[in-house]
Amino acid sequence: MELFTNQILAGISTGAIYACMALAVVMIYQAIDHLNFAQGEMAMFSTFISWQLMQWGIPYWVAFVLTLIFSFAAGIVIERTLFKPLAKAPILTNVAGFIALFSIINSCAGLIWDFTIKQYPTPFGSAPFLGSQLISTHQAGMIGVTFLLLAALYFFFQYTRVGLAMRAAASLPESARLVGINTAWMIALGWGMAAGIGAIAGMLIAPVVFLEPNMMGGVLIYGFAAAVLGGLTSPLGAVVGGFLVGVFENLAGTYIPGVGNELKLPIALALIITVLVIKPAGLFGRPIIKRV
Amino acid sequence: MSAADEAEVVAEGQAVEAVPKRAMTLSTGTSLTVLLVLLLIPLLVKNFIIFQMTMLLIYGLAVLALNILTGGSGQFSLGQSAFYAIGAYTSAILMEDFNVNYALTLPVAGIICFAAGFLFGQPALRLSGVYLALATFALATAMPQLLKLGYFEHWTGGVQGLVVTKPDAPEIIESALKVVHLKMSQDMWLYYFTLVITVAIYLWSINLLRSRSGRAFMSIRDNEIAASSMGVNVALYKTLAFGVSAGITGVAGGLGAIAVQFVAPDSYTITFAISLFLGMVVGGVGWLPGSFVGAAFIIFVPNISESISKGLSGAVFGVLLFLVIFLVPHGARQVAIVGQQLAGRFRR
Repeated sequence: MELFTNQILAGISTGAIYACMALAVVMIYQAIDHLNFAQGEMAMFSTFISWQLMQWGIPYWVAFVLTLIFSFAAGIVIERTLFKPLAKAPILTNVAGFIALFSIINSCAGLIWDFTIKQYPTPFGSAPFLGSQLISTHQAGMIGVTFLLLAALYFFFQYTRVGLAMRAAASLPESARLVGINTAWMIALGWGMAAGIGAIAGMLIAPVVFLEPNMMGGVLIYGFAAAVLGGLTSPLGAVVGGFLVGVFENLAGTYIPGVGNELKLPIALALIITVLVIKPAGLFGRPIIKRV
Repeated sequence: MSAADEAEVVAEGQAVEAVPKRAMTLSTGTSLTVLLVLLLIPLLVKNFIIFQMTMLLIYGLAVLALNILTGGSGQFSLGQSAFYAIGAYTSAILMEDFNVNYALTLPVAGIICFAAGFLFGQPALRLSGVYLALATFALATAMPQLLKLGYFEHWTGGVQGLVVTKPDAPEIIESALKVVHLKMSQDMWLYYFTLVITVAIYLWSINLLRSRSGRAFMSIRDNEIAASSMGVNVALYKTLAFGVSAGITGVAGGLGAIAVQFVAPDSYTITFAISLFLGMVVGGVGWLPGSFVGAAFIIFVPNISESISKGLSGAVFGVLLFLVIFLVPHGARQVAIVGQQLAGRFRR
């Protein structure tokens, strides 16, 4: 029984990482209706920026805020210059564009900061949390920040004018334009916010997985799995999905014979496919009904 | 709510652009010229380039397979590397463990992959667009891990992979060439062997797309609901497209294993699946000859970008890809159409 609870705790702490990433994935999916395959690389690049700022002697939280501002601006710039012209292109072209972006960011980060693994500081410390060996204060802090972020997003979308405008632009672009909402800028704003959330996720994950240009590869796939499980249309679903994927991954690794560390990834992927087949809208997503 | 749903429908409909049937191939004259060039090239160049040409044909086949799936039936796949891996392993295991002749392993690889693709097509039936891309992406990422599994290690050689012997040219051809004092290298033989299979599959694919099944694929791509109300068995043809595509990819994988003489789990990662996908986009979705142009892009452009800048090769590759997307969004097909129009004007 203790093994069981311990595994669940461990799962929750890794799940927090996936939840962060899934939140970023869902944000951009809401804004542009595509899965951004370069999302993880964008987050990685932001994390490197913050690391560089700290190397220059800037304190953690100042660097944190500066990085957020940078990522937000960079997200908007990328949308304006590269993806706005592709808005009317087929999905295939967009996916190719994401892959190109992935390749460019990864290669640039490798050139600027090279591929050696770097330590990344944590603002929460790494002592055991409440006496448990399995969750450190950093992981507890990460879970806290994830929920804070979720609450902030909920407030933003529910109670601010811009949030309302963004929701309108996403669900009914034409009518939104008719009442005077600048839908093109709402999409750019979505990119900026997704880049910002990605940056937060990156900075929270980096102390756990260490900082290097390829740090996001596995995390992004789990982030996708979490987003799909929770439903691509629901930020709350993404967070819950993240924790579920973390717990599921750990339990499967412990209790299903033959599933060692090497099979954890295929397990996550099998989960994606199962969810997509049984309940394509995810746990919290709203099903899309097509009218002919 | 209802207006939003209509917006969804429009977006879904434009996932893959409709390509008219005639625009899918080259004219007979051009095809024969290209074939002649392909026949003569090995006589003029070094063995290494012959090997690269062989790989170009093999990748071209794999891109062609994806093109049938996406350009033909309108379904996505980022998981072609998985079927390529299954084909490669089938050929390698048959050759090394069962001493089957290399040429005979290819149909087996094709059939096994057809079955695998057909089965994978069943769950894929319920998915479309981004979701299908995601599911196939998952398949491609899982494949190397599955190949490394302890259970199959006896067959697959685990992380180490398998070494495959390179076939010699058959004795009849060798002795015939001896009469005129010529020798055929292994690379050259393999090139012609691959060329014959490629041409056969290419012709077969064109005929497939012109047949009743091909029309069914395209009707599903253009409008699924209209297709089903016209009596097209949507589920059957969608899974069939997956199967055919996987089958051809499997044959390409088998050929690849023979040409490279080595199979290992890490040669068939998601990166490979993504390059095949890029090959299709660059070559022009739904334009079969473009598959080979796309294959050339994914084989040679990384080399070119590496020669421009070693540290930034990924960035250069990405920038080149963006250039292609912005300048020729329809890939090589667009270039070919423009070329044709220019040639037409010239003749007048």
